[in-house]
Amino acid sequence: MCRLFAMSSAEPLSPIVALEALDVMREGHDGSGVGLFLRDLGGPFEEMKDAPILSGIFTEKGLKRLDAYMMNIGFMTKYKLSIKVPKTPPPGVPKRDVYLVRAYEYPEEWENLSFDQIAERLVRIRLELRAMGEAEKDMIVFSFWPDVIMIKEIGEPIQIAEHLKLDRKELKARILMAQGRQNTNYAINLYACHPFFLQGYSTMTNGENTAFVPIREFLQSRNFPGYTGYQSDSEVFTHILHYTITRLGLGIEAYKHVITPLRDEDIARHPDGPMLQQIKHGCRRLIIDGPNCVIGSLPDHSLFMVQDRKKLRPGVVGGKPGCFAFSSEICGLDAAIPDRDKSRDFQPMYLDTAIVGPERQEVTICRQTSPLVHRP
Amino acid sequence: MPSNIPIGPSTLSTFDLPWQILWDKDRCTLCGQCTAVCPVHAIELGVFRKRTVDPAWGSGSKPSTSFSLYYGIRQKTAPANACVGCAMCTLVCPNDAIRPLRAEEDDKLRFHRNQGGQARNRGGRRNVPGTVLDRIKFIRISMLTDPALDAGRHEFEIRTLLGRVLDPEDNLKFLNQNGWIPPVREIYPLVIGSMSFGALSPTMWEGLQMGVAYLNEQMGMPVRMCTGEGGCPPRLLRSRFLKYVILQIASGYFGWDEIIHALPHMKEDPCAIEIKYGQGAKPGDGGLLMWYKVNKLIAAIRGVPPGVSLPSPPTHQTQYSIEESVAKMIQSMYMAWGFRVPVYPKISATSTALAVLNNLVRNPYAGGLGIDGEDGGTGAAYNVSMNHMGHPIASNIRDAYLTLVQSGKQNEIPLIAGGGIGKSGNLAANAAALIMLGASAVQVGKSIMQAAAGCLGSETDRCNICNIGQCPKGITSQDPRLYRRLDPEKVAERLVDVYVSFDTELKKIIAPLGRSTALPIGMSDALGIDDRDVAERLHIQYVV
Repeated sequence: MCRLFAMSSAEPLSPIVALEALDVMREGHDGSGVGLFLRDLGGPFEEMKDAPILSGIFTEKGLKRLDAYMMNIGFMTKYKLSIKVPKTPPPGVPKRDVYLVRAYEYPEEWENLSFDQIAERLVRIRLELRAMGEAEKDMIVFSFWPDVIMIKEIGEPIQIAEHLKLDRKELKARILMAQGRQNTNYAINLYACHPFFLQGYSTMTNGENTAFVPIREFLQSRNFPGYTGYQSDSEVFTHILHYTITRLGLGIEAYKHVITPLRDEDIARHPDGPMLQQIKHGCRRLIIDGPNCVIGSLPDHSLFMVQDRKKLRPGVVGGKPGCFAFSSEICGLDAAIPDRDKSRDFQPMYLDTAIVGPERQEVTICRQTSPLVHRP
Repeated sequence: MPSNIPIGPSTLSTFDLPWQILWDKDRCTLCGQCTAVCPVHAIELGVFRKRTVDPAWGSGSKPSTSFSLYYGIRQKTAPANACVGCAMCTLVCPNDAIRPLRAEEDDKLRFHRNQGGQARNRGGRRNVPGTVLDRIKFIRISMLTDPALDAGRHEFEIRTLLGRVLDPEDNLKFLNQNGWIPPVREIYPLVIGSMSFGALSPTMWEGLQMGVAYLNEQMGMPVRMCTGEGGCPPRLLRSRFLKYVILQIASGYFGWDEIIHALPHMKEDPCAIEIKYGQGAKPGDGGLLMWYKVNKLIAAIRGVPPGVSLPSPPTHQTQYSIEESVAKMIQSMYMAWGFRVPVYPKISATSTALAVLNNLVRNPYAGGLGIDGEDGGTGAAYNVSMNHMGHPIASNIRDAYLTLVQSGKQNEIPLIAGGGIGKSGNLAANAAALIMLGASAVQVGKSIMQAAAGCLGSETDRCNICNIGQCPKGITSQDPRLYRRLDPEKVAERLVDVYVSFDTELKKIIAPLGRSTALPIGMSDALGIDDRDVAERLHIQYVV
């Protein structure tokens, strides 16, 4: 069972905080992958919140191809974070040429595009780069989005942090998400590393997704190019979130109604019963069957945690005003925020969505039995 | 055989018959129960002459011969009276003195079952044992990486949807605009398939209805049953139990006059309307109710004179194509019930099923598609149709599902699979395999008849006389002397047993796969088979 840790802090933090919390929970991951997601960035990226940042791993040849491609479509480099790696990687970590974190200027002709058009084009570019990289084995692209950095690698979290010198001052963020992977039944592949990202939505999960295949089939047939990949059965959680909010126009509190709908008798008593019944029917193929704990980040910089209907995975949220963390285990929370009021820690159960909003003042709990806040 | 029998082309000995009666003279008490019970009069009281030769052992005595008579059981050999192997004689014999035995080699009777140019017709199913469904294994067991669920203690939601489910985006849009959202029923995924009131005896029908009502109202299992061709008893149409019934309209439209007359008096809407275009057991044939079974009651319900055979046309005579059928029938049926009842067509499995499906997808009303495979059963059909016509269900349902997946409609049109599910007694395993191949629900007929009513049929040409109204168990007969053998209360009880045990077994399959909150429709990664070709064809894993 993978281990998850996420943090939302008013002050920008180094990703090391999250990786140390993962390290405390080290018996839960096997070195088959670690993933980092940084958002609401500090440091030099603070000044360029709108510039799309490309994160990925490239060979020298891949980098040349990338440059040619980006130049060709009119993207200019605005800022880049150079991660020079030592010649000898730690045991179990593959040798790489370049870990790329690069912010771009939009092409001039994008100036009058709406946000939706930009979002759609950014996804298309990321997918095109990914396809180019898969063909030549020279690029791995994790994200291409403003104010978001993703770093993934195979190996032990702390060793990777040292290897990549992730404690550097220019790498800071107010939202951190990190996952240490316990490989189960799919190949070790960096694209299978959590967190997953799509158009501003990101999630990471622990536990297998036993309903993976029908969910994948449903998403892939939604006619949206971003619903692709699926080297991991957990990638669907990100895409379901994206689908729920962007395509169905529902709020985060409805996410759980899509993946773990209430039983019919509870729907009958619910103030939004008729709508929930339709969601349950229409989104039947998106029902997850666990056992999963999902932690995710939304474009408005909220963090949230949900559990599957059977609540077979641990998960806790706690913190203090200005700084909250979500963790697979309490020891991870203790490592990151030792001075919090532990009596206020909350472990979401099968009906709860725990949300820490962008103001980072409290943990909001949405129960599935409560009325919906957002209606399409 | 009598010694003076004339020998002609169709003269057969008992050795030429598929079933031979083994009778034990020492045990028999000549009570006559076996001859009375035999549905095809294959046995009769026989008078046998016995000669005893005394060879005279001593020197003074002469050899002598004495004659005696004894009574016993004689097996008839005329094709019309050939034993069907039902073994009712064994069932009623107080001394276990009689039983049918299968012939050691292929019978010769098969060449003579067309007396007077009448091709053989029978009831039952394809006489080919075994099914590919029995060989499918469930291989994706949650083990250590994830806890397998406890089938006995977890909460399970084993439900499926019947009716047109909208795309989620349209669904919410219509809901907000107060638009029409097609009716959808949440039902138990094991449906009792269409068996008509004419094919089944009144006691069988009543038993099934009582069992279904009990399952719904006492066990909380929304089990549904389909009527088949020939309408529905008027009292049921006017009762609250109609909501557990799927009314079938088949190509003969028998009984629909009665249904239309009952419309204003219906307390409840039916669960759904099934438009039958074909049946897996006899694809391309309409329904057939032979004259033996058209008694006064059946004739009254169907609106026909009694004592005439009722072959339905092979397809709806008013329609020449799928698009017209969709336009006419599906929408007319929706209108009849004020757009409150889902309507879906049922077809025989066929290589042209995808053409039908593609047309249904484009119609906003089609509430599903039933596909009935070659192993389905029937009350009456030509032997050749049953044995040689048809398409296996597994690949047909899989192709249909994957076609829907390709167009993103897999949740919108439920596929209902039928035909040979539970054929070898593995009801839950077969149903689960089909669900994981992509069926939203499965329809069963024969398994229910065998388990709930004690049908004696098999895939080895045993019994198979549903068509002539002589069902030895009273399941498919309209003769009160026969159907009073079947206690409807007991049928209901057995039906509940079957469903409750099926439910347990289904949980025992899906719980180790980690599934409990939604039916694992299309969970093909859980399936494996030890045949590379089948695995490739069904897009499941090849495992040895």
